[in-house]
Amino acid sequence: MTTPTPASTEWPLWEVFVRSRAGLDHKHCGSLHASDAKMAIQMARDVYTRRQEGTSIWVVPSSAIVASDPADKDMYFDPAEDKVYRHPTFFTLPAAVNHM
Amino acid sequence: MQSIRIGKEPQVQYLLRVADTCLILAQRITEWCGHAPILEEDIALSNMGLDLLGQARGVLTRAGQVDGRGHDEDQLAFLRGEGDFLNVTMAELPRGDFAFTCLRNAMLATLLKLLWQRLESSSDRELAAIAGKAIKEARYHQQHAADWVVRLGDGTEQSRQRMQAALAQLWPYTAELFDTDAVDDAAQASGLGPRWADLEAEWRQEMAQILAAADLAVPEGDIKFRSTGKRGVHSEHMGFILAEMQYLQRSYPGGAW
Repeated sequence: MTTPTPASTEWPLWEVFVRSRAGLDHKHCGSLHASDAKMAIQMARDVYTRRQEGTSIWVVPSSAIVASDPADKDMYFDPAEDKVYRHPTFFTLPAAVNHM
Repeated sequence: MQSIRIGKEPQVQYLLRVADTCLILAQRITEWCGHAPILEEDIALSNMGLDLLGQARGVLTRAGQVDGRGHDEDQLAFLRGEGDFLNVTMAELPRGDFAFTCLRNAMLATLLKLLWQRLESSSDRELAAIAGKAIKEARYHQQHAADWVVRLGDGTEQSRQRMQAALAQLWPYTAELFDTDAVDDAAQASGLGPRWADLEAEWRQEMAQILAAADLAVPEGDIKFRSTGKRGVHSEHMGFILAEMQYLQRSYPGGAW
């Protein structure tokens, strides 16, 4: 028989995303424990929006998030360093195009 | 320091029943701060306690104005004696276990929600404005507490036993919520607010839904016991909660920080 680990006796972990104003995107603001989605939404409301931070909340089971491997960091992200031409700043806009 | 006295006018009494129920329940709920079963719920309960405290402040201030003796919210909260507090007895009962707290919160949030709904059209515009803000808070309090009642009632063997025990303990105090008297009649007549008795049918219907979802049986039988907090005659617990709440202002009158 094995002793249960703290992780196995705790409620599932949820990631919380809060939209601060209409039109803006939901931003990750933290995580919390809750037994199901309904409770997670309520807890997120009480923990993360009590100082008027939000107008909408998303919660996602932390286990549903697939993350890139930190070991892949060099391979994934460093090659972009010297590719400045990928920024659209080298194009000259025709004079007729305004507001871009 | 000696207690202040308040008038016996029905409008003042009606306002104090609302304000004191919010104030004393707030005090009881915030006893959980640092003790709730999980961190998230600890914050949720404190939030709810502070919502109720905010509601109490508004209505106490209004009661002081209507009373006309120049007492502000702090004096009314901290310098009244036990017999001048008019909260329902249910609010002052000790916090109990988490099941008891959730069920009491569900019962009183349901009552306050129904009350604020009507008070939004009170002839007292100040009270109507407080109700307009409070109704949103009360709706959430009801939902949050009712969810817990369902989770615990329809949960494990132990959570179910505790919730059923809480129901047996609290049920005798529900009759008082809808007792009616001259204070209610005057409020109804002047348009200040509804008779609390007129909230009973809806309250029973909403509580029956919550309890059915929680798979809990409503206690049956005629209960002779009648609590009387709304008339200033309280349980043995009231003196203790006031002693804790009022100690500082009684010892250091006007103290602020």
